[in-house]
Amino acid sequence: MKSYICDIVVNLAAMVIALRNLSKSYETAEGRLEVLRGINLDLGAGDSVALTGESGSGKSTLLHLVAGLDRPDAGEIVIGGRDISKLDDRGRAAYRRTEVGLVFQQFNLIPSLDVAANIAFHAKLAGRHDPAWENELVERLGVGTLLTRYPEQLSSGQQQRVAIGRTLAARPGLVLADEPTGNLDEANGDAVLDLMLSLSKGTGSTLLMVTHSQRLADRLDRQVHLRSGKIE
Amino acid sequence: MTIWTVATALLSHWRRRPLQLGALMLGLALATALWSGVQAVNAEARASYARAAAALDQNGLAHLVSPHGRSIPRAAFVRLRRAGWNVSPVLEGEYRFGATRLRVIGIEPLTMPAETQTVDLRNAGDLLSFISPPGTLVVSPDTAEKIRGKTDLALRVSDRMPDGAAFVDIGLAERLLRRDGELTRIVIAENQRPGLEPLGTLAPALSVREPSAQSDVEHLTESFHLNLTAFGFLAFAVGLFIVYSTIGLAFEQRRPTFRTLRCLGVSLSALAVLLLAELVLFALAAAAAGVIIGYLIASLLLPGVAATLEGLYGASVPGTLSLRPEWWLSGFAIAVAGTLVSSTQSLLRLMRVPLLTAAQPQTWGRASQTGRRFQVLAAAALLGLSGALILWADGLQAGFGVLGCLLLGASLLLPAVLSGFLTLMQRASSGALVTWFWADARQQLPGLSLALMALLLALAANVGVGTMVSSFRLTFVGWLDQRLAAELYVAARNEPEADRLRAWLATKVESVLPISSVDVEIRGQPMQIFGVVDDPTYREHWPLIVGLPDVWDRVASGEGVLVNEQFWRRERLRIGDQLDLASDWKSTVVGVYSDYGNPKGQVIAGINALTSRYPEVSRLRYGLRVQPDQVPDLRSSLSDEFGLPPDNIVDQAALKEQSRRIFDRTFLVTGALNIFTLGVAALAMFSSLLTLSEMRLPQLAPVWAMGVTRRDLALLEVLRTLVLWLATFFTALPLGLALAWVLLAVVNVEAFGWRLPMHIFPYEWVRLGLVALAAAVVSIFIPLRRLAGLAPSELLKVFANER
Repeated sequence: MKSYICDIVVNLAAMVIALRNLSKSYETAEGRLEVLRGINLDLGAGDSVALTGESGSGKSTLLHLVAGLDRPDAGEIVIGGRDISKLDDRGRAAYRRTEVGLVFQQFNLIPSLDVAANIAFHAKLAGRHDPAWENELVERLGVGTLLTRYPEQLSSGQQQRVAIGRTLAARPGLVLADEPTGNLDEANGDAVLDLMLSLSKGTGSTLLMVTHSQRLADRLDRQVHLRSGKIE
Repeated sequence: MTIWTVATALLSHWRRRPLQLGALMLGLALATALWSGVQAVNAEARASYARAAAALDQNGLAHLVSPHGRSIPRAAFVRLRRAGWNVSPVLEGEYRFGATRLRVIGIEPLTMPAETQTVDLRNAGDLLSFISPPGTLVVSPDTAEKIRGKTDLALRVSDRMPDGAAFVDIGLAERLLRRDGELTRIVIAENQRPGLEPLGTLAPALSVREPSAQSDVEHLTESFHLNLTAFGFLAFAVGLFIVYSTIGLAFEQRRPTFRTLRCLGVSLSALAVLLLAELVLFALAAAAAGVIIGYLIASLLLPGVAATLEGLYGASVPGTLSLRPEWWLSGFAIAVAGTLVSSTQSLLRLMRVPLLTAAQPQTWGRASQTGRRFQVLAAAALLGLSGALILWADGLQAGFGVLGCLLLGASLLLPAVLSGFLTLMQRASSGALVTWFWADARQQLPGLSLALMALLLALAANVGVGTMVSSFRLTFVGWLDQRLAAELYVAARNEPEADRLRAWLATKVESVLPISSVDVEIRGQPMQIFGVVDDPTYREHWPLIVGLPDVWDRVASGEGVLVNEQFWRRERLRIGDQLDLASDWKSTVVGVYSDYGNPKGQVIAGINALTSRYPEVSRLRYGLRVQPDQVPDLRSSLSDEFGLPPDNIVDQAALKEQSRRIFDRTFLVTGALNIFTLGVAALAMFSSLLTLSEMRLPQLAPVWAMGVTRRDLALLEVLRTLVLWLATFFTALPLGLALAWVLLAVVNVEAFGWRLPMHIFPYEWVRLGLVALAAAVVSIFIPLRRLAGLAPSELLKVFANER
C-alpha cells in the first residue's frame, strides 16, 4: 500500500534558499561582536544541509535569521523568491507560521499542552491541521502511547520525537533544526535523526541542521562549515 | 569575615532583582501598616474609654446603686457617713445647654476619694468657686467651645475631662437636674475603718456594684473593635501573600547559590541562620516603614472611627492620635512574625532538599497533586465548619468564626474552581491558539493562585461589607421616614417655658407629642423609658417588628409597654412577658420596634404611666404635627413668641438630613478599609504578574517562534489576566453575598442587637467590577510593557545554545 506521505509529497513546494552577503552583530559588554560576516549560501529544494563549526562561529545565529526569528544587519535572505529580511514583524510571523518548521536542542514544547495538542499545534496555526497525517506521524514517531501526557512527564528522547512531530505535522517547506540531538544520548540521537531525515525526505522539505557532530553531519547531503562568522 | 563573604553572596541576589526586593518590602510594609494602623486606632479608642470611665464613672471603685436604676435618697448617704463609712455621693443626668446635651456629674469634692478626683480642687480658691453659687462647670476644651455663651455658669476647662460631660458640685447638679435630695450612686472608698456596720444592714435597698475593669462603652464597642481587627487581619493576610510568594521564588532562584555555597563548605545551619538573619533584617526595615505608614493610615482613619463610635455607641474618642510605644513594638513584632511565618516553608525546603537537586524556578509555585487535594479537603472542612457554626453556635466570636471559616475555605477552594473552569473552556475550544490560551492560563494558575486568593478575599469583603452597609442605609432611611413623623421638633429651655409652650401650642398644631424619658436600669442594663401620648402618629407610623393587634391601646392605658429590638433580642423576650421597670412598676411586653443606631435598650410606655412613677421627668422637648406647608410659619411664630434659638427648633427634613449625614460618616471608615484591602490585593496581583513575567519567556518563545507576533502574545497576556480577574470577581459575588448574610443575620445581631433585611445592589457590583478591572489593567501594565518591548534577541536566548 502506498504511504500517505507519498501522497502529499507532490503537494509540497520545497524551499529554495539564497543567502546573500549576510552579516549580523550584537552589542556585548565588551563591545560590538561581529557574529556573521558576509555569508553567501544557496540551498536547493529538498536538500539536507549540515551547518557545522566551533562554538561561537555563528551557526545558531544563521539559523535564526533564516527562520525569520531575527533580522540581519545587512544582506538578503531570499526564500521561495522572497527576501524575508525585508518583512515586518507580522510578515515574518506569518512566514514562520506557514513555511518554516523549527526543532530546538531544548525541544521547547509547550508545557501546558499534552502531547497530542503539542503535535497538532503548529499545523493548526498554519491552517494545515490534518488528523490522518498527524496519526501517521504519531505512529512513525512511536509516541502513540504518550498522547495524553504532558512534556514534563516525558524523557528527553520522547520530547524530541514530539518536537519533530510538531514540526512535520505542519508540513513546512523548510525544516530548521538547532542541535536536535544535542541533549540526547548517542542511540537516541541516531534514532531521532533517522526519523527526521526520513520524514523530511518523505515530505520533500529542505532541511538545514546545526550540529557539532561530524558523525551526524556526514549523514546529510551537504555540509557547510562556519568559522568566525564566515563560510569556509 | 567568612560570614560576611557568604552574606554578600546571598544578598547579591536582591541587588540584581530590585523589583523583587521592592515587592517584598512593599508587601511587608503594607501588611504591617494596615495591621498596626488598625491596632493604633483600637488602642487610642480603648485608652479613651478607660480615661473616660476612670474620670466619669470612678469605675476603679465599688459603688452603691439602686437595683432598678432609681434614685437613692440623700438620707441613705447621710446614714452611711454617720456610721463611719468613707463614701461620697454622685448625682448625674443629662442637661441641655442650648442644642448641646451634656452628661452632668454632680460630685461632693470634700468626700470624693482622692484616687478618683478628676477635678483638681487643691487650691482653696478653686474649691470655693466650685462649691459656691452660681457654681462652676468643669468641662473639656471642646465642650467648653460648644456651650460657651449658652450658660451663665462659670466654665473651667480641664484637659483631663472627656468630651460631652461636665463636673459640677452636687448642689448645682440638684438644681440643674431638678432632683433635690436624690443621688444616682454612692462611691465607696477603698480605705475604710475596721469594724463598721455592714452596708447590707445600713442600706438594705441598695446593692454594691464591684469595680469593673471594662467600662460599659468598652463592652458595647467591643464588637466594633473586633470588626476593625478582623479587617486589619484580612489586609495583613493579603499582604503576607505577597511576602510568601516573593520569598518562595527568591529561595528557588537562589538554589544554585545555596548549592555552590554548600559545596564550598558553608554548613547548612550557617546558611539557614544567615537567611534567617537576612529575613529578619528585611522585616525590621519594612516594619519601620510599615509602622510609619500605619501611623498615617490611623491618623486618616481615626476621625472616621471617632464618628462611627459617636454615631453607633455615643462613645467620645478624640480625633487625634498619640504615639504609643506599645503599638510601635507590636508593629515590629507582627512584621517579623509575619515574615517568619511566610518563609517557614521555604526554609524547611532548604533544610530538606538534597544538596544536588537542581533549581526549578520555572515550575516554582506549581502545587503538587497531593497539595492540591489537601487544599480542597481543607476548604471543604472549613466550609463545613462554617455551616456547623451557623447552625449550632451563637455569640459574636462564633459569628466571626463563621466569617473566618467561610473566607478561608472559599479562598482555598478558588484555585480548584478556576482550574475546573479553565479545563472546561480548554475542552470546549478547538482553535490552536484558543486551546493554548486556556491551557496556558491553567498552567499560570498555581503561580497566581495566592494573588487571586488575596483578590477574592478583598473583593468578597467589598461585596459583603458594601451589601451590609447599603442594606443598612436603605433600611435606615425607610425607618427614619417612619420614625421621624413629626414635622417640627422643638425644645424649651426650662420647665416654665415648656409649660407656656404647651399651652400656646394647643391651639396652633394638630398634635403635640412629648419626648420625655428617664434613664433607668432594667435587668442590670442601662435603659431609657420613653413616655408617649395616645396619638394616631404612633399608630400609623411607628415601625413595629411584632406586636399585639391592640398594642397602642394597651400602651396608652398603661397595661403594656413596647421594647426595642436590641433589648428584645438580648433578653430573649416574648410578647406577653412581664418586665420589672421599677420596684413598684411591672408591665407586659406588647410589642417590639426597630431602633437602629441606639446602643442601649429602650422601653416605650404610656406618658401617664411614666410621669406617675417619675414626676420629675423632663418635659422640655416636643414633636409637633402640622401640615407641612405650615412649618415655616410655625417656626417663625415660635421664634417670635418664645425667642427660641434656631438650634431649639428643628424641622423634620433637617433632622433626617443630619441623621443621614451621621450614618454616612459612620461608615466612612469601612469604605476606607475596603479600598486599602483592594489596593493591597491589586499589589499582590502586580507582584505575582511581575514575578511570573520573569519566567514566561520559555513558555512564550516557542509560540512566538511558530508565528504568533509579540503584539498578539501581549494581547493574549492581557486577556489571560482579565479572564482570571473576572473569574475571581464572579466567584467573589456569591461569597460576598454569603458574607453579607452572615454580617446581617449573625454578626450584627450579636454586635448591635438588630437584624436587618438584606438587599441586593447590582450597580455596586458593576462599580466594584470596574474598579477591579482598572486595578487589573494597572497590575498588568509593567509586565505587559516588558513583554511587548522584548527584543527578539531576548526571546532567542530561550533557544540559543551558542551565538
